[in-house]
Amino acid sequence: MIQAGDTAFILICAALVLLMTPGLALFYGGMVRRKNVLGTLMQSFIMISLVTIEWVYLGYSMSFGPDVSGIIGDLSWAGLAGVGAAPNPDYAPTIPHAVFMIYQCMFAVITPALITGAFAERVRFSSFVVFSVAWAVLVYNPVCHWVWGNGGFLKAMGVLDFAGGIVVHLTCGAAALASVMVIGPRKDHGRRQFFPHSLPMTLLGTGLLWFGWFGFNAGSALAADGVAGSAFVATHLGGMAGMAMWTVVEWFYQGKPTTLGAASGAVAGLATITPAAGFVTANSAVLIGLTAGFCCYWAVVLKSKLHFDDSLDVVGIHGLGGVIGTLMAGLLATKGVNPNGADGLFYGNAAQLGVQALGIAIVGVYAFAVSYVVLKLVNAFMGLRVSPDNEGIGLDVAEHNEAAYSE
Amino acid sequence: MKKIEIITRPHIVEDVKQALTAMGVLGMTVTQVKGFGRQRGHTEIYRGAEYQVDFVPKVKIEVVIDDERVAAVLDAVTKAARTGQVGDGKIFVMPVDDIVRIRTGETGHDAI
Repeated sequence: MIQAGDTAFILICAALVLLMTPGLALFYGGMVRRKNVLGTLMQSFIMISLVTIEWVYLGYSMSFGPDVSGIIGDLSWAGLAGVGAAPNPDYAPTIPHAVFMIYQCMFAVITPALITGAFAERVRFSSFVVFSVAWAVLVYNPVCHWVWGNGGFLKAMGVLDFAGGIVVHLTCGAAALASVMVIGPRKDHGRRQFFPHSLPMTLLGTGLLWFGWFGFNAGSALAADGVAGSAFVATHLGGMAGMAMWTVVEWFYQGKPTTLGAASGAVAGLATITPAAGFVTANSAVLIGLTAGFCCYWAVVLKSKLHFDDSLDVVGIHGLGGVIGTLMAGLLATKGVNPNGADGLFYGNAAQLGVQALGIAIVGVYAFAVSYVVLKLVNAFMGLRVSPDNEGIGLDVAEHNEAAYSE
Repeated sequence: MKKIEIITRPHIVEDVKQALTAMGVLGMTVTQVKGFGRQRGHTEIYRGAEYQVDFVPKVKIEVVIDDERVAAVLDAVTKAARTGQVGDGKIFVMPVDDIVRIRTGETGHDAI
């Protein structure tokens, strides 16, 4: 039966998750050079349109539609057939089915946008659009079905992923790794230094992401209840602890606490708490955030040393964050917080950690392999990179005939 | 006649301008420039990675004065622009053969 409170809450959460995509655009946009800021913003913004239409006609049914062998949903809900005001008891018995659908749509929108940080400043818009749609269909939709769809085989195995550590952060991290390997580094990478052109823009984006993340995680309870409240608190604590730890580590090793470090630590903490948000206590959330701040900092430093051009650190922050958070859910989850969840290793259920690791391995390998093949195919048929000349001119003028700032 | 070229910190421009106008220097040209001296630039840190910034923002102030005022101008500018920290800048003094005021055609001392 539909509950007004739950419905209002999830509608607002859906709006909050939508806001994360423009937030991400600003977060990324500030970190690129001024000649690429519009191109970078556009790569996130266009997803709102592109993936939503894919979701309505294909994605939602593939992800959550009637199960086929635990692997994929069939297409009987394509075009939102039968997805209306009546609730779907398999997913959320107290909100309209259409509300659940649009809430999940926002997750599908932001996930491919997250990948764009890996290949920022060098990819053709047309090829990027084709890659993103193919990736949504071939990677996001199946993985979403496996982990969250009714009948999905990872869900049946008991993999815990409250709000998208596997479905969102691990898949985009794996795709980011593949894209860096296929596309290669930016022109002059290693010879010249690329400075962020507007850190205030990045900090504004971080704030919007954090705000939206409450909808992302608390809304994943799919009801305005105790689990939602617990997930909301865990989300904030994870972000705060990630920010604190990154700042401390950077202060200690580099001599000064930086604003980009604080923002990066917050996003790392938020990404890492995501899979565990609705399953862990407040103290566990703090521990997860601290671990994220520490590990993601060193992952990003390692990337610099390896001369790996993941431009905006999608692998080191989202990919690694998704993995750490999913594993830590296997350690710290407790039915005391969420009776519908599971106990982790520290609560007497060692097997949960193994299930979590297996989920990471399967999805990680799958997302990396499919992303790699799709990128190679798009590259062969369309060419992924802009010409060296256009890379020098910048994406804004070369790809969009616009400049963000007048002289 | 001498041309005095002062390369210094951007935020010091107003102090130098006031010092020069107070002693009767009538005109000056200010340009935003970038560069580095013996100490190079500074280090910036992004996500734990260090970046070396060699070219730091400076301003170049140019004035032309009579020979007998050079010592006083150098003294005034030095006082106004000195912070004692690395990066205070430099002053170059160079000879000027002639000056033409375009509007009137006056030359030499009269055109300053």
